[in-house]
Amino acid sequence: MTTKVAIAVVGSGPGGLSAAARAAEVGVSHVLLEQTAAHANTIQKYQKGKHVMAEPNILPLRSPMRFEAGTREKILGEWSVGLDEHKVNIRYGSEVVGISGAKGDFHLKLQDGSEVLAENVILGIGLQGNPRRLGVPGDGLPCVQYTLDDPDEYKGETIVVVGAGDAAIENAVALSKQNTVYLVNRSGEFSRCKDGNLALILKTIEAGKVICLYSTQCASLTETPGGEKPYLLALNTSTGDLQLPCDRIIARLGATPPRKFVESCGIKFPSSDPTSLPVLSTSYESNVPGLYVIGALGGYPLIKQAMNQGYEVVEFIRGNPVAPADEPLLAAKFAGIPGHRSVSETLQAMQQRIPLFTEVNPLMFRELLLGSTIHVLNPGEVVFKRNDYTNSFYTIFNGGVEIQIDDNNPAKRIPLMPGQFFGEMGLLSGRRRTATVLAGKDCVLIETPRRDVLKLLSSVDAARAVIDQTFIVRAIQSGFAPQAKTADLLPIAAKSKLNRYKAGQVLFSEGDEADALHLVRSGSLAVLRSIGGREIVTSYVAAGNYVGEMGLMGNTRRSATVRATVATETISLDADTFAELLQKNPALRSELEETVRQRIASNTRLQGQDNAGALISFLLKQGLGEATDVLLIDETLCVGCDNCERACAATHGGTSRLDRAAGPTFANVHVPTSCRHCEDPHCMKDCPPDAIRRSPNGEVFVGDNCIGCGNCERNCPYGVIQLAGPPPEQPSLASWLMFGSKKENVFGEVQGLGRKHHHHHHDDGHGAPKAVKKAVKCDMCKGQDGGPACVRACPTGAALRVSPEEFVAFVQQEASRF
Amino acid sequence: MHESMLSYAQRRYLKVAIGLCALSIVAYVWHDPLSPPNGGTWLGYTLGGIGAALILWLTALGVRKRSYSSSLGTLRGWTSAHIYLGLALIVVATLHTGFQFGWNLHTLCYVLMMIVIGSGIFGMVVYLRYPQLMSSNRAGAKPDVLLEEINDLDQRSLRVANEMPRRFGDVLRSNREGTRIGGSTRAILGGLDLSTINLPSAGGSSQQVANPEQAALLDWLADELARSTDGELTKRIGDLLSVIATRRNQLRRLRRDAQIRGWLEIWLYVHVPVTLALIGTLIAHVVSVFLYW
Repeated sequence: MTTKVAIAVVGSGPGGLSAAARAAEVGVSHVLLEQTAAHANTIQKYQKGKHVMAEPNILPLRSPMRFEAGTREKILGEWSVGLDEHKVNIRYGSEVVGISGAKGDFHLKLQDGSEVLAENVILGIGLQGNPRRLGVPGDGLPCVQYTLDDPDEYKGETIVVVGAGDAAIENAVALSKQNTVYLVNRSGEFSRCKDGNLALILKTIEAGKVICLYSTQCASLTETPGGEKPYLLALNTSTGDLQLPCDRIIARLGATPPRKFVESCGIKFPSSDPTSLPVLSTSYESNVPGLYVIGALGGYPLIKQAMNQGYEVVEFIRGNPVAPADEPLLAAKFAGIPGHRSVSETLQAMQQRIPLFTEVNPLMFRELLLGSTIHVLNPGEVVFKRNDYTNSFYTIFNGGVEIQIDDNNPAKRIPLMPGQFFGEMGLLSGRRRTATVLAGKDCVLIETPRRDVLKLLSSVDAARAVIDQTFIVRAIQSGFAPQAKTADLLPIAAKSKLNRYKAGQVLFSEGDEADALHLVRSGSLAVLRSIGGREIVTSYVAAGNYVGEMGLMGNTRRSATVRATVATETISLDADTFAELLQKNPALRSELEETVRQRIASNTRLQGQDNAGALISFLLKQGLGEATDVLLIDETLCVGCDNCERACAATHGGTSRLDRAAGPTFANVHVPTSCRHCEDPHCMKDCPPDAIRRSPNGEVFVGDNCIGCGNCERNCPYGVIQLAGPPPEQPSLASWLMFGSKKENVFGEVQGLGRKHHHHHHDDGHGAPKAVKKAVKCDMCKGQDGGPACVRACPTGAALRVSPEEFVAFVQQEASRF
Repeated sequence: MHESMLSYAQRRYLKVAIGLCALSIVAYVWHDPLSPPNGGTWLGYTLGGIGAALILWLTALGVRKRSYSSSLGTLRGWTSAHIYLGLALIVVATLHTGFQFGWNLHTLCYVLMMIVIGSGIFGMVVYLRYPQLMSSNRAGAKPDVLLEEINDLDQRSLRVANEMPRRFGDVLRSNREGTRIGGSTRAILGGLDLSTINLPSAGGSSQQVANPEQAALLDWLADELARSTDGELTKRIGDLLSVIATRRNQLRRLRRDAQIRGWLEIWLYVHVPVTLALIGTLIAHVVSVFLYW
């Protein structure tokens, strides 16, 4: 076949489908080449019934294909209808192995040797790549599969899962419920998976539900008609060869990234970093004229974005320059800016005026702005207050702001100019705001959410460097030298170092030479002293504070050991830099002397209380080092009425998010199983629909768009997240009137030892079978008057909430009681 | 930072209660009715009205306790007020009676009220004292952990017994089956040990005997130990003795825990039903006073 089409679209994902449908709609000759036998292969491979999100919500869809949030089946079905409706010329089973030629005359070579000629090519092949094959004789047998659609489809089979990554682990665990599962791991451990999956697979192996063959490789696969199982897999294990009869083999060995293929087409990448993206023009054209890249391959992983780009790129090729779909959104955002011009002019002005954004690719900058809010403020208006829990990031587009660093002295302010930014402390440490910020004259601010800024920092090195340096200067200013000028501090900031510590890592040990001072940027530290051969925690240092000043001031050796309680970042100033700083600020010395005096007094107080150190280290072990708010129960006051749990259940759809009785106790202080609201929440790390958020008041909560995948439950080190179905039944009115809904009382308990003692909660059995379970956790009664219901419902005052600021005072009070 | 329900808000409700009592007493002393003091004078009606209102409000704690989303004060504040104003009711209601008692509905009402207050005082004392006892008895180990430990000890002792003559295994199994924690309300509240064990008797049959605190078993093992001449067996019996002694201690803690939790709950089984009876009688008292007097 040698007819030339105007547009060849490679890959029938959301972007490719949309592009081909648009071409068909407007009657442009086209062909859509799909490697597999069905459209949208990546989405076909999603788990059965998976809910697919339509983020970003605010972005309108611009495509002849329909798309809105729904199940995988519904979306694929609609696209299939769309393909027919628009009579899209789609060719299945057509893997493109090479693209050559130039604009107007591209030659696309297919796997079967045939060729397709096209004037323009749109690459929408995604990042999934092709799955790695087993690579042993017999791997073409029908029992070998590279995906797993529905694990419940198989029952009573012997299944061998090959691989040690997340997909292999998740498949093996899901299959183990109804099948005999072997997991073939090439190495001696699981090193390529997420922490949550590591814990999951080790638990499953320990329980004997999955048999793991470590340091084992597949050798060959043969059919055994008439054998006990239809196939025989030969394996090389570390102890010798093994013949394993089986029904099915699921190989999850990852995929070959498509980059090699893309580069072979002539497209250039800016660096060898595997995450780097091809450089594209604003019309998605690569460095090869006529060759366009859309969707995940170009850095836009969301379905809706890819579909819009598919539409737009066809319009560009037709010589019809359309404004991007987000244009009206941006126009609405910019409308309030005094002297507002067109969207592109405003965007350009922002990138010119704000050095942090200058290096950012225009496409990416657009996206950043799309998530941001523009504030036009009157002079004196408060942007945020000290101790607010917001963690967004602000850049000044016009006018200025004033940072009020000392509440007692409101006149003491640091002015910021256009192009500068603020709010990076809260952003980076996850802690409360350290200062109040007021708007100046003609103030126009861009407020960007934390997630978008972190994405920017991870992809634009220049931006990261600017933020780091500014953080250091501001930290020094607010920590030691409010009067010092930024210009004076810049050379000092340049000499300071950013250090990262793992949980438990030692910053310096008692007796070491005092060589540096550490400002804690995120995480927290424990101060330990060795007393009588035992290490005792004497203090706790939260983010925003500093350690090590004593040794530097007195030129002595370290008087204590300092260790990170969680993953921690500090900024260190070495002794010479510190001396330079002191020299520049004579007043600083006396200020620091006062701090040292207070710290010594506090340390001695804590040391005088024998159990204080033990209590601190107990609480740190329970995660208080990274907590922003934790529920504690004073056992000397708790009567065990469980009213806290009932209050929690009653105010949260019937499922209690706390388990009072569970959790450890030390010296009358009980830490129930309840959310710590970590600074850098573990649960947020891997939430596919981004359903776990932090509210301005600090609560970490699960939103309604939870898909019930269970990642957060596995990632939480404190076991405070559960997947809950519909709530259990309410007690009858009569029993409620007399005794409340006590679910367990001492008189009704099982008395003998022979019978199983059943413990309450974890109502897995409740609710209709197959009901959708969603993650539930403490949201600190967000949106309810009067604060957390658990504390409000405690009749005796035993339940209390403690934040890091109150932590030391709490320990002192508790320690003085026992 | 945190304190018990009694010291809530610098004992605000204690002050209110004392004020109410003082006012009632002064009015009672100052008041000089024509007839001897009784509920029918204007002061009698006033005190009665205050008393009845207090009773209804005190009962409302049960409702407030279950209004989990209520932001009307904290439950601790309510409990604090409940305690102090409940105590003040003794003075208010007693003055309301004018010390006129008899075998009638009105006195029944008063008696029921005093039972409610009495059980409430008991409950308050228990609430203030027992959590500390429970915490130190548990020493960080919750009941289910203790049960698990006892199960482990049983497994351990049965493994030891596997290497010994059969009677040891039989006795240990019967000990496990005969172990009771609680068993009846009396046993829970009294911390009684109703455990039994079947011990081999002289005739080769076995006999069920009481085994409180594992004493019968420990005695039997001690006896076996004294009679044993086999070195290996002697050592094993010694092992069993120490395991059973630990088991006894853990059982003791479990029983103590159940006992404490029992006392923390039992008073409510008097306090709440009698309150309902009191409200019924109170309505009858008020209605009869207005209808028939």
